[in-house]
Amino acid sequence: MNAALIALRAIVLREALRFVRQRGRFVAALVRPLIWLLVFAAGFRAALGLSITPPYQTYITYEVYIVPGLCGMIALFNGMQSSLSLVYDREMGSMRLLLTSPLPRWWLLFCRLLASTAISILQTYCFLAVAAAFGIQLPVWGYVAVLPALVVAGIMLGALGLALSSLIRQLENFAGVMNFVIFPMFFLSTALYPLWKMAESSTLLRDICALNPFTHAVELIRFALYGQFNGPALGWTVLAGTVFLGLAFWGYDPARGLLRRKG
Amino acid sequence: MTGLSVRNLDYSYGSRRALDTVSFDVAPGRFAALLGPNGAGKSTLFSLLTRLFTTRSGQISVAGHDLSQNPRAALARIGVVFQQPTLDLDLSVMRNLTYFAALHGLSGRTAHTRIAAALERLDLSERAHERARDLNGGHRRRTEIARALIHDPSVLLLDEPTVGLDAASRKAITDHVHALSRERGLTVLWATHLTDEIEDDDQLLILHRGRLLQDGTAGALRGALPLREHFLSQTSDKTGEPA
Repeated sequence: MNAALIALRAIVLREALRFVRQRGRFVAALVRPLIWLLVFAAGFRAALGLSITPPYQTYITYEVYIVPGLCGMIALFNGMQSSLSLVYDREMGSMRLLLTSPLPRWWLLFCRLLASTAISILQTYCFLAVAAAFGIQLPVWGYVAVLPALVVAGIMLGALGLALSSLIRQLENFAGVMNFVIFPMFFLSTALYPLWKMAESSTLLRDICALNPFTHAVELIRFALYGQFNGPALGWTVLAGTVFLGLAFWGYDPARGLLRRKG
Repeated sequence: MTGLSVRNLDYSYGSRRALDTVSFDVAPGRFAALLGPNGAGKSTLFSLLTRLFTTRSGQISVAGHDLSQNPRAALARIGVVFQQPTLDLDLSVMRNLTYFAALHGLSGRTAHTRIAAALERLDLSERAHERARDLNGGHRRRTEIARALIHDPSVLLLDEPTVGLDAASRKAITDHVHALSRERGLTVLWATHLTDEIEDDDQLLILHRGRLLQDGTAGALRGALPLREHFLSQTSDKTGEPA
């Protein structure tokens, strides 16, 4: 096997082992979307009427509407958490170790991204299984079709985290990231309400949501869960992912001296 | 020159100069101690040597490979032990080392043989399956040294590797690395602020406020004075206070 693939396998395996050992992280990752699904959505169900819009072919309850958004939320949290943990001191050592490997630096960062995406996909499937146990079932084919959508969404959001970790020094604690990245991205998207519902209250908000790359990641997942392909959503997600990845590679360029503040 | 060669290295953090035209050579198989008080620029130098960041002025060459022209070939020849711990405490010694081997493109039987040899060399064979968290500080450090040797580097860089260790562990590790350099022809650059880790035969580089004050054999440089006194006399008159 070639050196690049050996490294990829090892980086993914390491992340998986770490994840399995950190039970608290796994439980938190599962409980967060479940609270939204079982508490928030149950309360909202009465307040929010949803009409039939693609990909849905019938009236759906709010719980059904919110599932793709919560899958996106898992990827969003995971992407931020794993990439930003790189700049915290506890992970700094392992990042140094990673970057002194003779493999190209962009490849090492990409491996790290794939590893965190794999973890977020694992979490998403656990979440979907629990949701199914609570009666929110999706078409069987949808569980397979969503996989590539989760990969694309996971890489895009992980790349965003990686770019932020290299470019924005103030975001060194997770609370800051929650307030300024996760919450705005999540609330200003189609995760909780469809665009047309948002437009009823404000067209400006609707426009912001339509520009938010997280909206497109969620829509990509939503359509895929019903076995349908959403070309524009894929296009926007890939475009945003490419930009974030470019920023991340640029941010981790040794000539920029990102790591020197810890040196 | 196939060991380590540093030419006219400069580095600044904003307006603060961390390294000021630093040049030195470490011949193959030589143990060089980089001695300097805290804040002398040792860690900056190590970050540049391991390409965590780069500078446009100056040149670094590792085993004949220029670090800026041919970074991958140069990095492949370097083994590093960082000042801060880099072991994954939840994983076993073996898994930590396998992970590192893979980052250098080694897997399967090759990786296994090299890891076994590195563990053997550092007397850690029977600890291979223990969790890194269960090892004491000295053993963790030795594991990191073993790890740095897996890909058979020709230059070993250690940044204050004995920080936080008790006297016995400190001596054991210092002796180990001296032996590695003598017996295996490994070029070693050992950063420290502790003079008792340096032997008279070692090459001594005294770094202070970003400048290299002295470069020579430790025994010859210190003359009749104990090394500690010599070091203090070199660094204190420049600052007005002992380092």
